[in-house]
Amino acid sequence: MSGYSEGFWGAWRLIFTFDPELYEIIFLSLQVTVSAVIIASVIGLPLGAWLAVNRFWLRRYVIAVLNALMGLPPVVVGLFVYMALSRAGPLGGFGLLFSPAAMIIAQVIIITPLIASLSHQSIRDLWAEYHDLLISMNATRAQRIRALLWDGRRALLTATLAGFGRAIGEVGAIMIVGGNIEHVTRALTTAIALETGRGNFAFAMGLGLVLIVLAIIINLAIHIIGKTERASTW
Amino acid sequence: MVSILPLKLSAASAHMHGKRLLGPVSLTLGQNGLTVVIGPNGAGKTTLLRLMHGLQRCSGGALSWAVPAAEARQRQAFVFQAPIMMRRRVIDSLAYPLRLRGIGKGEARAMARASAARFGLADLLESRAPLLSGGEKQKLSLARALIIAPEVLFLDEPCANLDGRATREIETLLLCERARGTRIVMSTHDMGQARRLAQEVIFMHKGVVHESGAAEPFFAAPDTPEAAAFINGDIVE
Repeated sequence: MSGYSEGFWGAWRLIFTFDPELYEIIFLSLQVTVSAVIIASVIGLPLGAWLAVNRFWLRRYVIAVLNALMGLPPVVVGLFVYMALSRAGPLGGFGLLFSPAAMIIAQVIIITPLIASLSHQSIRDLWAEYHDLLISMNATRAQRIRALLWDGRRALLTATLAGFGRAIGEVGAIMIVGGNIEHVTRALTTAIALETGRGNFAFAMGLGLVLIVLAIIINLAIHIIGKTERASTW
Repeated sequence: MVSILPLKLSAASAHMHGKRLLGPVSLTLGQNGLTVVIGPNGAGKTTLLRLMHGLQRCSGGALSWAVPAAEARQRQAFVFQAPIMMRRRVIDSLAYPLRLRGIGKGEARAMARASAARFGLADLLESRAPLLSGGEKQKLSLARALIIAPEVLFLDEPCANLDGRATREIETLLLCERARGTRIVMSTHDMGQARRLAQEVIFMHKGVVHESGAAEPFFAAPDTPEAAAFINGDIVE
């Protein structure tokens, strides 16, 4: 128990003394995750809306595959991204392996299906509600998608938050493609794994606390900014 | 500008999953007036309106406007029985059809304010549309449909779920719109409303048009026993 309390108080000391190493890791994690969430949202939200609005051959199978990809094992993604970015791989020339960019690519691949699938489900329900109205108003396909994305923004925010949650807590893929290099690619999760292995529990717990608090604060902030619960009757 | 009317239906029919919903129906919708489509539940009133408006595919026969179909679609609007409320404020809901037509945000909002004033929605401009009362929602639906100044307005039982006061408000607005020259085609199962508003009547039963023509002679002496029974409030089998 003394190990726990020692680790716990040590963690708070690191946080409130603004330990530079701790904050460097926090900022890198946020930089990678927020970038990945933005890119995945730009791809996933319109994709989900497009799948909800359009009827085409194999649509059902595309949605089934997308749903299955929500559970994509991160280490497998890490492996494929590693192979693609390594010197012998098709993207080796860009020199991205063991960089934050590689970590972003891996996270985008992991969370895009999640965001697309969740947004598809929300937009599909809204489309069922709006279908006759938008057709009656002669809205073009692009206008329909825009209206659905805008009016369904609160549900889409939840999809985006789910993506953020998965990305910030992800360790397998970013460990493989980032390499957990100090001052370069060391993120919260990979650092926790490393420090735990070293027996440096105070630092590991500090990182763990930050990870949990960060996830809660960002979720709360987005809910408050987006007025998600207040507007639930919409 | 050339009128999109008359609308001609020649043996037009509609099917869904192999089941006949409507037709064959042949009729012509002239340029003026207010036509009321009546008939018992399941007679095909809604399907007929949806077919005319283009929400229901014509699976047989022909349907033609005086102008190309794409142009005709731009100059008509539809009000649904259950108002479809966009998750927006009233002002944005009203401005939306204008925004779809490329009108700038400021101008669209100004037009939305003017329309809201005309339809008695001025105090509700900042309210969220889905939270309005049933009567307010239907008035908003009507205002939203009319904001593009359509030549033809279709309404599917617009007062079905409204009380007497809200019904009277909607009827007054419709009569006003008819006086402004908008061609109105609406369905109702309320015979009182049909008598109050109709200039022309289309009586439907089992997916086909049994009678159509001027309202006064129809209500005075319907040609078919089904229409007579319906007008008298009897159950039509």
